[in-house]
Amino acid sequence: MHPRLDSVRRHRRPAVRAALLLMGLLFGLVSVGTSTASAAPADDQSNTVSGTLRNTAEGNAPVEGVEIIVTNPAGEEYRGNSDADGKFSIEVPGEGGLLKVQLNEDTLPEGTSLRDADKSELTRVMNPGQSAVFIFPIGPDDRQVETKWDRVPQLLYNGLLFGIVMAMAALGLSMVFGTTGLTNFAHGELVTFGALIAFFFNSTLGLPFAVATLLAVVLGAVLGWFQHTVLWRPLRHRGTGLIATMIVSIGLMFFLRNLFQYFTGGRTMNYADHVTPSGYDVMGINVTTRDLVIAGVSIVAILCVTLALSRTRLGRATRAVADNPALASSTGINVDRVIGLVWIIGTALASLAGVFLGFSLGVTFQMGQLVLLLLFAAVCVGGLGSVWGALIGSLIIGVLIEMSTLVIPSDLKNAGALLLLILILLVRPQGLLGRRERIG
Amino acid sequence: MEILQGAFHDAFSPFALSFVLAAIGLNVHYGYTGLLNFGQAAFCAVGAYGMAVGIASFGMPLIPALLIGVLAAVILALVLGIPTLRLRADYLAIVTIAAAEILRLVFSTSFKDYFHARDGVSAFTSGFRKLNPFPDDLISFATFSRNDLWVMTVGWVLVALVCVYLWLLMRSPWGRVLKSIREDEDAVRSLGKNVYWYKMQALVLGGVIGAFGGFIGGLGLASVQPDSFNTDFTFIAFTMLILGGAARILGPVFGAVVFWAILSAVGSILIKLASGRNPIIPPSLMNSDQASNVRFMLVGLVLMLLMIYRPQGLFGDRKEIALDAR
Repeated sequence: MHPRLDSVRRHRRPAVRAALLLMGLLFGLVSVGTSTASAAPADDQSNTVSGTLRNTAEGNAPVEGVEIIVTNPAGEEYRGNSDADGKFSIEVPGEGGLLKVQLNEDTLPEGTSLRDADKSELTRVMNPGQSAVFIFPIGPDDRQVETKWDRVPQLLYNGLLFGIVMAMAALGLSMVFGTTGLTNFAHGELVTFGALIAFFFNSTLGLPFAVATLLAVVLGAVLGWFQHTVLWRPLRHRGTGLIATMIVSIGLMFFLRNLFQYFTGGRTMNYADHVTPSGYDVMGINVTTRDLVIAGVSIVAILCVTLALSRTRLGRATRAVADNPALASSTGINVDRVIGLVWIIGTALASLAGVFLGFSLGVTFQMGQLVLLLLFAAVCVGGLGSVWGALIGSLIIGVLIEMSTLVIPSDLKNAGALLLLILILLVRPQGLLGRRERIG
Repeated sequence: MEILQGAFHDAFSPFALSFVLAAIGLNVHYGYTGLLNFGQAAFCAVGAYGMAVGIASFGMPLIPALLIGVLAAVILALVLGIPTLRLRADYLAIVTIAAAEILRLVFSTSFKDYFHARDGVSAFTSGFRKLNPFPDDLISFATFSRNDLWVMTVGWVLVALVCVYLWLLMRSPWGRVLKSIREDEDAVRSLGKNVYWYKMQALVLGGVIGAFGGFIGGLGLASVQPDSFNTDFTFIAFTMLILGGAARILGPVFGAVVFWAILSAVGSILIKLASGRNPIIPPSLMNSDQASNVRFMLVGLVLMLLMIYRPQGLFGDRKEIALDAR
């Protein structure tokens, strides 16, 4: 039933967010970046000093023929000139140490000057064999400072993406509530379950990610059937009250979360595939194929479920049970079967959501804990028990979480969603699309 | 023997005391009034932070700082109660748990000059420790240090006082109204009682008792950290309450003591079984971290089984459990 994750290796923390807009940040700088790289072969202990000289006063035109003088710790000087592309690269023999890199201002062409006259000499301590890029800005500073508004499209995109994935889990939670009245506190752990299963098949067993995802969904459905048969159906038949059942779900949450931690320990893991997809820029938004596939699959899954609910016989039966179980039963609907189906679909959806959330949150036993309250917020904002409410609520919460980082620290972004939850309950307790009679 | 000693220590320590008081507060909410408060951690947190920040940042004496903590709990109860007490039971549950998480996030990320983020507030216990009546040369008694003993003395006396007070209160007409709200809200309303206002009073009372738990826990650990007030805190307190028996004055007290004793004993037994030269449980199956997971898995199982087979807990009365609120 549960993954054995004993033999997994420790992985890097995921590159959680796509890179933010950095347009224009590098223009106007003489060189291309500040990163250092130790690319030199191991047997070569000499350092390489490089960079590109560009003049922002002339549209980033390369500056040719400027002399760069590098002094190593022994006091020896090495010289080089920038070429027609403004590039210079000087090899400094030795074993690293403090390097002094000086730009000979006398060799600058007429009418060009350093942005900061004091910065004609740079120093840096180098490791043996290290290469480094040195920056000498020439011309006025024309870097575009990123404003809050520039981040809006990317945040909106991230929020919608998070919301659409969360919507699958919220749909399951809402369907279970609609048919049984149970507020399932263990629903977050079902999300974790999906991520852990996918991790097990993808990273531990090395199956392709698509296969791992499929298996996670199938096993999620099995888990849904299992918990319905073993736990929830017997409880319903015993006539256990709703609040008692809710506390049982808290016990289940405790049990599952510690069970997961038993297998994974405290670490955050990554899938083997698709962890760092390459993105491309669409109108200032960093989009990756992986994210588009995730969004597509999520939308298809949600559409299938909602269409099935509204079009098929079984879907109509589900809605009848949600409306009035006793009446539905008396019209010949097998209430147990319908509720069992809801558990199966709900858990499979939560599982799929978990697989996808594993990319953004990292695969850890705490995923469920992180997501559960956001799911509650989404479902309550949209309206408990309403299918469309769960979707809209998820999107609102997803966008709100991302957008709120414009004004509050990102550590606090989940607090914004929870605050909206409280406010909605205050103003419109049935949620945006909920029905009045549900609030009691 | 070691196991018994450890269990005894854990069952009566200041840490356990904070849970005892939190569970007593929950008993007022859930056991007597039928309110599902899943944010008891928030009440303990505002109490503890009120006291600790009052002393550490503003240099208040102990008593005014305690009053700040109590005031914070009262305000929190009003803020939570006004929107939700008119709604169905599970709405209060969701709002309180959400509020508790918001507060925890705020305590751990904001106003760092006062709350000191995840490190928490410390250096506020000197005023309390100066009052310690135990002789200076008493280094330790059994497994407890001198400071622990002082905190425990105050804490257990406080528990006794609160229990007597609640016993009297629940026998009074006021208490009977609370219990009848739990049984049938509409009936109480039809008798002309202001149900909303009674629920509010119960929420405030239980919240203040929770804040007492925050005081004792903070004084016992000599620091107040945000992550000790996560949602698990509330759920563990709930498990204790249900284990001991809701709607019984001593239910949460016994529940908490039994809970910590068993948890501690199971933990040491598991570690004992899994360690040593020839472990009975092979280390590949369980290291000490996993032993901790296993015992909390048991907590979850016990909570489920109790709720299914014996919702009245060890000492409760089945007729007195609010299970049908809807």
